[in-house]
Amino acid sequence: MARFVMEFERPLAELEEKLAELKRLDIAATIQLSDEIAGLEREIDKLRDTLYAALSPWEKVQVSRHPERPKTQDYVEMLFDDVIELHGDRTFGDDEAIMIALATLDGRRCMVIGHRKGKNTKENIKRNFGSPHPEGFRKARRAMKMAEKFNLPVVSLIDTQGAFPGLEAEQRGQAWVIAENLATLASLRTPVVAVGIGEGGSGGALAIGFGDRLIMLENAYYSVITPEACASIIFKDATRAPEAAPCLAMTADDLMRLGIADEIVREPLGGAHRDPAIVYASVARAITSALDELCGKDIDDVLAKRYDRLAMTGVFSEGE
Amino acid sequence: MPISDWFKAREVRKYTSTSADMPGELPDGVWVKCPSCKHTLYQGDLDRAGDVCLHCGHHFDIDAPRRIAMLADEGTFQETEAGLTSVDPLRFKAAKPYTGSLEKARALSGLPEAIVTGRALVGGHPVMLGVMDFRFIAASMGSAVGEKIARAFRLAGQEQRAVIMVTRSGGARMQEGMLSLMQMAKTAAETERFARQGLPYISVLANPTMGGVTASFAVLADVIYAEPGALIGFAGQRIIEQTIRQSLPKNFRTAEYFEEYGMIDAVVPRGELHSTIALTLDYLAGPGVPNASEGAACPTGLDGGEL
Ligand SMILES: [Zn+2]
Repeated sequence: MARFVMEFERPLAELEEKLAELKRLDIAATIQLSDEIAGLEREIDKLRDTLYAALSPWEKVQVSRHPERPKTQDYVEMLFDDVIELHGDRTFGDDEAIMIALATLDGRRCMVIGHRKGKNTKENIKRNFGSPHPEGFRKARRAMKMAEKFNLPVVSLIDTQGAFPGLEAEQRGQAWVIAENLATLASLRTPVVAVGIGEGGSGGALAIGFGDRLIMLENAYYSVITPEACASIIFKDATRAPEAAPCLAMTADDLMRLGIADEIVREPLGGAHRDPAIVYASVARAITSALDELCGKDIDDVLAKRYDRLAMTGVFSEGE
Repeated sequence: MPISDWFKAREVRKYTSTSADMPGELPDGVWVKCPSCKHTLYQGDLDRAGDVCLHCGHHFDIDAPRRIAMLADEGTFQETEAGLTSVDPLRFKAAKPYTGSLEKARALSGLPEAIVTGRALVGGHPVMLGVMDFRFIAASMGSAVGEKIARAFRLAGQEQRAVIMVTRSGGARMQEGMLSLMQMAKTAAETERFARQGLPYISVLANPTMGGVTASFAVLADVIYAEPGALIGFAGQRIIEQTIRQSLPKNFRTAEYFEEYGMIDAVVPRGELHSTIALTLDYLAGPGVPNASEGAACPTGLDGGEL
């Protein structure tokens, strides 16, 4: 299968192509190439190690957007049993950019809320590339309130470039629904475990994306603004996003350093799409241990800690 | 800084926010051209009119000290947390270093931070008043702004005060990265806590109120007022145009537009804001207010009814 090649992977992809060609020639037995093949394989291994060993923030953004990267729907299918997907916001419509579902993770009943991107263009058009309209956020809020009512912990999966910046979205109160979700999440009387699985774009990510724990996949990002939008503001040039990305402190490591994330789930070399099974297993482990820790506790204590987490977030000077 | 100094600083202010189509030959601070109707206004007249155009009612952008002077009962404003200011936690230096932007903002505005908070009376009601100042890095919300808002709500809760927030903001302060985004959740959490104490929160959306400020504490008020013509929204105007590839209707996302769509309670002209807020507090703020227990008749249907 031809893999989607990210910009920074190109040198590796070229070598891999060359290797494939050599192998074809070798099989055709026109010439003996085993030495060349072995040499090239060594070269590829070396390059792969250096290329993926320390991805830059911008390279991580590309990995987080990889079309074959596991998405919310994949996690729901692979991690959870007895899934009942719920639909609609009971006010306007059913925004497919948000998925809500009753689901069971290794015996633990949960409410799953996630941004839902598609795997291909057709799916992405239906799901608006994972960028919700107000009805999507209201749908998520409905799920939060239901989870609270029935004592189900919330597992939220963050993967969006942001709330949809459209005329109708604004008209129907994009800012209002995001704000309401923030207030709801801050005070929801049930544990909330948020997982950054891909992109975490600004308020649209935050509107389902914080709680008692924040687990970040190694190459996921979470940012106040996309690097492109940041670059178009500060450099008046969106193509300078690679320069903006490192300034925004948006990687999983940055979030750990800032005390915003609690845990990083490591990905296979090159990104989650290279070996999704391993990633599903580690994400499942991270969520179950967070749930087990939180669900045994008194909810008032959980809420007090959630409030303290937010109240403590910020770096400023108190003056003299 | 004491408020008297703010007023001194104000005397040398320039109408930078509306200067785009002002003729260059007019001396600063004496004549101002209305960007809406193009009439030339004597600044003394404009000042007396609360920076509202005498010809067309256009609301000029005003800074925090002026706003506070208009909203608080005379002589009642006492600033809180004046020493709480932004630092540069990410050492942000793309294009312009954040520390430089902060210094420039402080010099330009004469303020330590993009929001001024303090105790005041409005129509005799004890309130915590928070007013954002757009001259300070577009009144963007970083850690310091978020913390000042959080403390204002907490103090209001402790002292049984209503909260009045006058918002103007470009949104989150991107120079503080995720710390800035999290201020949305943090301020929303405070409004939620505050609401449970049964105390009123009124917000006034002034021009412009955008992004992470709109999508957090600004619209979580019990009553939302907005000034005429104020631009209000979440996404930036240019981003929307790029996304939908069409130009936006002229009144798109004004205060009047959102009043029509049911997203705010009322558009209130600046000259009526103080009295409107005071009257609203008469209804919503319990402490220190004459109410039914002091002999005023209850409206029919609410009298002694059990809920
Ligand atoms: Zn005018």
